[in-house]
Amino acid sequence: MSNHVKYRIGKSTGFQALTIVLATSCVIPLVAILMYIIKAGITKINWNFLTNVEKPVGEIGGGIAHALMGSILVIFFASLIAIPIGILCGIFLSENKKSRLAYWSRLSVDILQGVPSIVIGIVAYIWLVKPFGYSAWSGSIALSIMMLPIIIRSTEETLKMLPDTLREAAFALGMPFHRVILKVIVPCGISGILSGVMLSVARIAGETAPLLFTAFGYQFFSTNMNKPMETLPHLIFKYAITPYKDWQDLAWGASCILLIWVLLLNILTKLITRRWKVQL
Amino acid sequence: METSVENELITRNDISLRVITSEKIRDIVKGIKRVKRSHRQIRAENVFRRTLVIIGLAMVVLVVGIMLTLIVQSIPSLKALGIGYLWGQTWDPVRDVYGALPFLAGTLLTSFLALALSIPFSFAVAIFLGEYYPKGWLANLLKNTVELIAAVPSVIYGFWGLAVLVPIVRSMEASIGIPSIGYGIFTSSLILAVMVIPYAASLGRSMIQMVPSNLKEAAYSLGATRWEVIRSVILPYTRSGLFAGVLLSLGRALGETMAVTMVIGNTPLMPKNIFSTGNTMASVIANELGEADKMVYNSALIELGLVLFLVTVVINMIGKKVISRFTNE
Amino acid sequence: MESTIVKSVDYNAYFGDNHVVKNVNIEIPRNNVIAVMGPSGCGKTTFLRGINRMHELIPGATAKGKIMLNNEDVMEMHPIFVRLKIGMVFQRPNPFPNLSIYDNVIAGYKLNGIKLPKAEKDKIVEHSLTRVALWKEVKDSLTKKGSFLSGGQQQRLCIARAVAMEPEVLLFDEPTSALDPISTSTVEELFHELKKNYTLIIVTHNMQQAARVSDRTAFFYMGELVEYDNTKQMFTNPTDIRTQNYITGRFS
Repeated sequence: MSNHVKYRIGKSTGFQALTIVLATSCVIPLVAILMYIIKAGITKINWNFLTNVEKPVGEIGGGIAHALMGSILVIFFASLIAIPIGILCGIFLSENKKSRLAYWSRLSVDILQGVPSIVIGIVAYIWLVKPFGYSAWSGSIALSIMMLPIIIRSTEETLKMLPDTLREAAFALGMPFHRVILKVIVPCGISGILSGVMLSVARIAGETAPLLFTAFGYQFFSTNMNKPMETLPHLIFKYAITPYKDWQDLAWGASCILLIWVLLLNILTKLITRRWKVQL
Repeated sequence: METSVENELITRNDISLRVITSEKIRDIVKGIKRVKRSHRQIRAENVFRRTLVIIGLAMVVLVVGIMLTLIVQSIPSLKALGIGYLWGQTWDPVRDVYGALPFLAGTLLTSFLALALSIPFSFAVAIFLGEYYPKGWLANLLKNTVELIAAVPSVIYGFWGLAVLVPIVRSMEASIGIPSIGYGIFTSSLILAVMVIPYAASLGRSMIQMVPSNLKEAAYSLGATRWEVIRSVILPYTRSGLFAGVLLSLGRALGETMAVTMVIGNTPLMPKNIFSTGNTMASVIANELGEADKMVYNSALIELGLVLFLVTVVINMIGKKVISRFTNE
Repeated sequence: MESTIVKSVDYNAYFGDNHVVKNVNIEIPRNNVIAVMGPSGCGKTTFLRGINRMHELIPGATAKGKIMLNNEDVMEMHPIFVRLKIGMVFQRPNPFPNLSIYDNVIAGYKLNGIKLPKAEKDKIVEHSLTRVALWKEVKDSLTKKGSFLSGGQQQRLCIARAVAMEPEVLLFDEPTSALDPISTSTVEELFHELKKNYTLIIVTHNMQQAARVSDRTAFFYMGELVEYDNTKQMFTNPTDIRTQNYITGRFS
């Protein structure tokens, strides 16, 4: 009897130990990747690297300035499209919990959230590249479609959590609907909405698949949104699969920058959520 | 009686007095301005409401549009190749022979292998954070780290896999005496396994935390050990939630493109075993769509996209249904 | 005879098919405190929310009949106008958590986009806070967030917010039910002050409170207005058997 109890306790402890080992070992690949990328990349970053553009193989001093600029532009315009639409759609869903349109709209957002990024790329390619050719715009639009579900869901969830009394207080002061939403409800939920926006930016900053056949890539510095444009993740992909050491080095430097950029966005999101939280 | 009459007189006087003061007149003017402003507000209110409805509708249009676009663009391939396309074993665009089976097989193999590799880890994280250590700095650290796994761009996973995993797998293959390539299904699955851990882990954690404590206490009061509580109370209770988490991971693995493209080898052949090279639906699209100039070729690739779209939609919908049923109970 | 400010004519309110307020006819005289009481679920709050058209904010809620404010039917007016003239204070204090105390008081102007010179805003804030006896307590912390105040102070802040808009009528929906006894008595004292300038309609489930603060009392039961009379008259000599039962505590 007592042996049996001991056996059970031992089994329990054993399982706990196994869980702890398995769970904590999940940290290993992330740490390994971070360390490797930073070690391989940090030495490649210097002034030339940040200000020069692509040079032919063999010539030293190539840089990623064109990709940095391209990423900033493509992300900026994607945000410009997705943020207002996403927040407004989130408001629509939280304000219309039961209408039939809201049901279908919510279902659509759910579907959109699960669509693989490569499929979004295909669709942007069909809609924009087939008729107009490769352009940075088509990349921005593809990325903005990927941002939408993240912004919409976080806005909806945040606004739903706000107490109804807040809304009533505003209506009772004779405020019109749009002011109630924009001046009271949105400011009170701003931390949740912002964190959704930041997460969506972090998410698309590293996206490559939708850009493969939209923004396409370009070896020169360009700010023309109607033309193809290089972006950071695409540059990494392009250089990583070449056999040339120079270009691979550029890719390591670019990976390092992209990684730091994305991780900073994620950490910043956490800080903002905490700092800007409106105490209810 | 008298006092009430007096009161009334005072009130009346009060009112008449107030009416004639200049302040009151100013108030009235202000009131009129306010009314004008309010008319503008009402118009703005209607515009705002209509905008919201239009945007809500736009989401439906967008998703329906995506689906219709994929279907319409797949028609040339459906007409030319028929449904047999999905079972064809040869992919040779130069000779206009298109068969998608190698890619279907590649996708399913990498995804399910990745899932099998990742489940022990993601469930361990879920149990660790949901039951053993829900609070404290260690839990926070692990939670944030696991979230960061999802934040790392897939192209970086791919590059790292290319530089680190491929050589490791190659020497491993050499040591067990099979053709040592390094690229292939197995390497892709390893990377995918890491990438999909967070999805099942975070959903599993929130599900485990929702287990009512009185259920657990009932089991403890009967003398159950912690492991027995987990096995006979927590896991059965959260079964559907854990399943949904696995589905989300699967959906993610099926559609993952860049990391897989960079390490799978990109050969359009049926994989013979888990160490052979191959190609997935997503990676063949990534590699070939940009240069597929022939109508049927292009359309065949888009049809693969349509299949990918439909499969992930179905998987995600089932996952969402399971979650919502679980949380409503 | 005092002049009537609010009058309802055959007012009916529904939640979907649920008929919650039935044919209410009531005349409310200016500068009075009216207590509305009755057992829970009797429609008293719904009726109150009908007066400034808050009722229809709830999905599926509809209303029929007339509510006259100074001989104008509020059912015909746009709700925004109605709510500028009829202020409301809620069961739980609900200051805007993102605004300072100062901004909470002038929230009705600020958030409605009505621009006022700073001096005038200061005047309104001081005036409104003085009216609710909160000025002395908060004049040094006007920039702090409203949620930093105690429950009773928050509720007075909400009253100040309604008062700042200079409405004609103030509606109170069980304004003290979430407050402690001391805060409750402070708020009750306020009613006496406020009625000099406004007409107050107060929904309460507390009979003592109705007796203490009101000039007239309306008793609702199962969605009907059973009795409406001078408060003293009502509590000493109710005419309807249901009122009598309620007052003597036969049901609650």
